Amino acid sequence: MAILSTFAATQTRSRALVYYRDLVLVLLAKEFKVRYKNTFMGYAWSVLHPLVLALIFSLFFSVFVRLQVPDYTLYLMAGLFPWQWVSNTCFGANGYFLSNASLIKKVRFQRWMLVLSGVLNEAIHFVCSLPVVIGFMLYYSKSPEWNWLWAVPLLLGIQIVMMTGVGLFIGTCNLFFRDLERLVSLLVQLLFYLTPIVYTADMIPPGYTWLLYANPFAALIVCWQDLFYAGTLTPAFVATAAAWSAAWALMGGCVYACKVWRFAEIV
Amino acid sequence: MYNDVAIRLRGVSKRYHLGSPVGEGIKHLILHLPSQIKALRQRRPFHALTDVSFDVRRGECVSLIGRNGAGKSTTLSLIAGVLRPSDGKVETYGRICPLLELGAGFNHQLTGRENILLNGVLLGLTRREVRQRTAQIIEFSELHDFIDAPLRTYSSGMVVRLGFSVAVHLDPDILLIDEVLAVGDARFRTKCFERMEHFRRRGTTMIFVSHDTGSVSRISDRVALFDAGRLIDIGEPGRIIDAYQQRSLAA
Repeated sequence: MAILSTFAATQTRSRALVYYRDLVLVLLAKEFKVRYKNTFMGYAWSVLHPLVLALIFSLFFSVFVRLQVPDYTLYLMAGLFPWQWVSNTCFGANGYFLSNASLIKKVRFQRWMLVLSGVLNEAIHFVCSLPVVIGFMLYYSKSPEWNWLWAVPLLLGIQIVMMTGVGLFIGTCNLFFRDLERLVSLLVQLLFYLTPIVYTADMIPPGYTWLLYANPFAALIVCWQDLFYAGTLTPAFVATAAAWSAAWALMGGCVYACKVWRFAEIV
Repeated sequence: MYNDVAIRLRGVSKRYHLGSPVGEGIKHLILHLPSQIKALRQRRPFHALTDVSFDVRRGECVSLIGRNGAGKSTTLSLIAGVLRPSDGKVETYGRICPLLELGAGFNHQLTGRENILLNGVLLGLTRREVRQRTAQIIEFSELHDFIDAPLRTYSSGMVVRLGFSVAVHLDPDILLIDEVLAVGDARFRTKCFERMEHFRRRGTTMIFVSHDTGSVSRISDRVALFDAGRLIDIGEPGRIIDAYQQRSLAA
């Protein structure tokens, strides 16, 4: 019974911090074990999906369509891995609360921890896929720059906050509109093609570049591509990604905070 | 004065809006927009609980009785902090452990041992505190041979045993028990009651919801009678149970 007020009354603040850490850890461990319990391939599955997509796209666009992008396969990987995190969160978010219905109905705890642990789970998968990206970099005789040391944690932080906001927003809304799932999958498809993943940002005609800033995920993906593909970061895109991240966190947090008390009634 | 009270309800009401018009999904809402808006305007709240006030003293065992839909479970959910009252105030002092549904939050892919940790933390202990109790929990559940097998291989009785064992080893200040004892076999029920007696001796505050007047009179200090969302009477078990049976016969 993780009631904050109860803790304030009977527990010390430091115990509450330990408790919240433990809550995230056990939920994270649960996600991980459940995900891998019945699959001996485990880690391979999470890498395989973007890898296969990258191979299809590189066959299609660099062999058939003859798109002129140097090291195109590496470019694809640089966008597809972070995008996989985005799309997994959007799809997973539908169930963060819904699939824990019995828990929400019966036990009081900080419900947003369910979203946070789901997002951290995806974050771990993303970090574990970095060696594959590095492998492709080495193949194209590139290597990670020193700036990774601060740039990777920075982008990770931006994406974790953003994904938590997205997860809270979709997870909460899906409790009230149960067919949101279909709409979300449609929007994710749409945003995938509106994000420079299979094409590059400078292929976009001048009249359409505003899309890069209007698309909530584009700036973040471009940042990862800059880092993996060119070894640099563009401040304008980092700022845009951070702004979207804050916007999502605010939006998700507000929707969640307004509706969290009704979860147990409607789930 | 406050030290004496474990749970305090003051003028507590709970209303639900039945049949949320958006529950059918966005498509339905948009396709039937005019009628949906009308429904939204006209919907009447359902009064699950109306103006309920009572105190439970520390170490006291209070049972809630009443017919189905009388508001007993809503009261329990409000005390557990899963629901928030529409009006009034619910105050609780101490750590609450809800036995609303044994094994709520159990994951059937995980082993018994993993579920002990998961459930223990969800119910408010740190990992360390759960680990200190794991041996006792396994001992009490009598699931030694199966504790490292996935929960999906358990029988329903075994899941209930594990859930009860976790819940009773959390050293709660307040224990909420919602008709869970109905599911076990005779031996398990006996064990549950022994455990509840033990809690009573230790001064744990208990709220017990049951239709079984026998176990209610056996365990409670006071009984609260609910009907149609209102608290009809609260007091000495024998008198209230009589009143309850009179009402049942009259209805």
